[in-house]
Amino acid sequence: MYEEPPEGEVTIEEIERFALDRLRVLKGIEDAKVRGKKSAELQTIALELVSTHLKAGSREASRWKDAVSHFALRLAFCRTEDLRRWFLAQECELFRLRFRDELPSDQVAFIRQQKLGFQSLDSAEFEELRPLLVKVEQGIGNRDFAATLLQGNPSDAFFKVPFEQVPDLVAQRKVLLRKGWAYVSRYEIAHLVGGRFRAALSHSLNVTHRRWTSHLAADEADRLTPIVESLSSRYLGEDYDSSAGNREVVTAAQLPALARQSFPLCMQHMFNHVREQHHMQHQGRLQLGLFLKAIGLPLEEAMRFWRTEFAPRCPGDAFEKKYAYNVRYNYGKEGRKSDYTPYSCLKIISSQPGKDQAHGCPYKVWSAAQLSAALGAMRLPASAVHEAVTKAKGGHYQLACASAFEGAHQCDCDTGINHPNQYYDESRKALTAQHEQQQQQQQEGTAPGSGTKLPATPATQLRMPAKRPAPTGPASAPPKMSFQTS
Amino acid sequence: MAEAEDERAAKRQKEGEAEQADVDMPDAEAPAATADPPKQIPVQQLMRAYYGNIFPYQEMYEWLVYSNDSRHAQADSGFFQRREFCFTLDGDIFVRYQSFKDGAELHAALVRQVPAKIDIGPMYNVDPRRRNAYAGLENGFQPRQRELVFDIDLTDYDDVRTCGSGGHICSECWPFMAVAVQILDAALRDDFGFNHILWVFSGRRGIHAWVCDKRARELTDEQRGSIAAFLSVYKGQENGQAKILLSHHPSIDRAHGLLLPFWKEEILPRQKLLLDSAHWRSVLSFLPDQEIQHTLSSRWEAENARGIADEEACSRGRWQDVEDAVARVVNTKAVDKGLKFALQKGLKECVFAHVYPRLDVEVSKKRNHLLKAPLCVHPKTGKVCVPFAAVDAPTFDPDAVPTVSQLLDEFSAERSARQEHPGAAAMEKGEGWKHTSLASCMTVFVQSFLQPLCAAGREELGSKAREAAAQPSLAW
Repeated sequence: MYEEPPEGEVTIEEIERFALDRLRVLKGIEDAKVRGKKSAELQTIALELVSTHLKAGSREASRWKDAVSHFALRLAFCRTEDLRRWFLAQECELFRLRFRDELPSDQVAFIRQQKLGFQSLDSAEFEELRPLLVKVEQGIGNRDFAATLLQGNPSDAFFKVPFEQVPDLVAQRKVLLRKGWAYVSRYEIAHLVGGRFRAALSHSLNVTHRRWTSHLAADEADRLTPIVESLSSRYLGEDYDSSAGNREVVTAAQLPALARQSFPLCMQHMFNHVREQHHMQHQGRLQLGLFLKAIGLPLEEAMRFWRTEFAPRCPGDAFEKKYAYNVRYNYGKEGRKSDYTPYSCLKIISSQPGKDQAHGCPYKVWSAAQLSAALGAMRLPASAVHEAVTKAKGGHYQLACASAFEGAHQCDCDTGINHPNQYYDESRKALTAQHEQQQQQQQEGTAPGSGTKLPATPATQLRMPAKRPAPTGPASAPPKMSFQTS
Repeated sequence: MAEAEDERAAKRQKEGEAEQADVDMPDAEAPAATADPPKQIPVQQLMRAYYGNIFPYQEMYEWLVYSNDSRHAQADSGFFQRREFCFTLDGDIFVRYQSFKDGAELHAALVRQVPAKIDIGPMYNVDPRRRNAYAGLENGFQPRQRELVFDIDLTDYDDVRTCGSGGHICSECWPFMAVAVQILDAALRDDFGFNHILWVFSGRRGIHAWVCDKRARELTDEQRGSIAAFLSVYKGQENGQAKILLSHHPSIDRAHGLLLPFWKEEILPRQKLLLDSAHWRSVLSFLPDQEIQHTLSSRWEAENARGIADEEACSRGRWQDVEDAVARVVNTKAVDKGLKFALQKGLKECVFAHVYPRLDVEVSKKRNHLLKAPLCVHPKTGKVCVPFAAVDAPTFDPDAVPTVSQLLDEFSAERSARQEHPGAAAMEKGEGWKHTSLASCMTVFVQSFLQPLCAAGREELGSKAREAAAQPSLAW
């Protein structure tokens, strides 16, 4: 449970090396989860990661490395709310996966040793609840265990705890509840222990944070501080907040063309929804609004966009009263004044749009027929449409989105799609590259040697397709770079 | 509906903000669609008289102080003072972070400011009026306790009710609320072990629940979220259809047992869901078998063409047709097991999709979410948000809820009656409600909710006192 820091001497270099190794493990687990790996697979991946990165010569040495790296990262990740949350989530996942790997008897022994004080059931209570317990276990697929329950009362089969201690199990209805007690089977002890682990770690992180800011950081200024500060900034994915580099500025007028070319389906759909319905509900305004902010739409342009689109149903004053606050809020100008980051795929997929709401992930929410129609309207090749729909049907929403990307841009997408803004950036990159190649070819054809002029803004690219003969559709068709054939 | 959503969402967004100006609210009301005929006097003009003469502020105080008054040695004397009240003044101005020393102070503020609406927020670690002094400190200004609350609104049933939509409510769709009360009440008591649950009519088209056990008040946001997830089965739209997530769990079985008779006897006939093809198509879409869908549709089309004499009997009969059709497939040996299973599951999901309570989960998940106080007056309908007992939910009549003008009429009648009889005693301050039709609602509130709650609170403080007495005193 990492209650006591390890005692002994350790070199600064070792701390850094160990910490980086552990960071690889945690990051690996996060990636696996993002890719939608389920528990058994995730467990294999995690244990492999642990054995490659955290194993040392002996059992003792491994334990030492485990503890040192954990405490080193605690220091590195205690400094902000976001870092703490990330670290807490990954460490808890790692703990749970490793705990699961232990034999049930060892797990029970661990519980006894840690004196967590979970109550076992006496036989009268077990008899009374037996049919219900069996029902729950059958329901979550533990058929063998349910069968043994029918035959007798295995000792330590269940622990009785207040339901507050196992929120995960409660949320998924994986546990029997009666009068405020949760009856946790020994196969789910990981949740119980995991809950304690989480609570303890969360508390320690806060304490560490306080100590670090109050004096440690200053005391350790030349020794640990640089390491600690650099550690947390490595390996963490891009969150597309506004500080990330100088983006090109996009104007409201450019949006329709950009939407057609480079928005992922979810954003394209919401964009069209706003333009057709002249209205959008709160969740949608957040999802689309933050995305637009992150592609480089400044506040004034955003205000212009929303005001114009909403105008038919919500003129002037009413817009100011009802929605302007909302737009400014997205840009961190109202309320808590925090500069909100756009939603990632994970967040979008997990949202639950009601009927007639436009947010959420279309690959998840829509029926196959709706999807095919929408993707067809994006002028994707039939094969790409088919591929995307099949993947969506199989529950691989992000892969489906990647297929659509490949179809729309006629190029490979080997990084996968995990953020709508990543889709957009990749799309801009691909289109610019294709455009450059194409121009080069043109220039080589007409004026060899003068191929140094590069497209400067998206706006110049947008006009491109109109110059070219469009074989299949109107001039506004997305530039399906057919330069290989020309 | 869209606008009502916005309104809720905008409010939610504001509540997420710890630091916020006290006055601002670009809020918008949905267009009024009240059942009441337009009154000569707008509701807002009656509110001062209502707060002054009728509003049972003393009972509100007794509830929210949770026995922490000066009568008890172990009481936390600043308890009530740390509770946030939010007033919505006329013109949609939000005034957050109000707090009061006691019921009398609350009463005085109500009469002075005359809010159109009162919301109740969490109880904080410090007096919310003084929150700025604690801003920026570690553990500065945080919610400490909050009732576990639920909000169910009939607008969320618009896709399954045929009698009306939006702000509409009538005796045909109230049964949705009645069954929601029964399902939730059973789960909260039997599964989670809560005892002190207050049910309130929200004034127009929905209901609120306040779970007031100490244990409920001390839940973290994560634990609240887990309870809300446990209690919801509707998981948004997927593949173009409502996604219902059922599990083999005793609580789901219990709910199914309550829902099925209600679905067959009340909702199907009253909402006429199987009488025209548009509606029955969406019911049948839960059965993953084209053949059944087709057979039943064409049979019913033919029946409709001949004309339906008794609509109620027809609704019942048609559901029987559905059950029979599924049973026939399930009892056919040759049929693949997967399909049998899917059909039975579909049948169950159909019932849950239509009648299982649709919670507005965001309200329940966060401690700092505001909820309209009981005994407020709905600004559009003029109806009082009256408490009711869970067992009375099926017979509760939303149209018979007393309105503020009615209560004031009753009150002044009583007052003038007393003035005519010089011998009669003057009315006690704070007891005006006893002479109006609010009295019967308040009897429910006091007897079935407040008294047991206070008894439990005193019991708890008593045991705390005994514990303290058992500890050797270190005062010397």
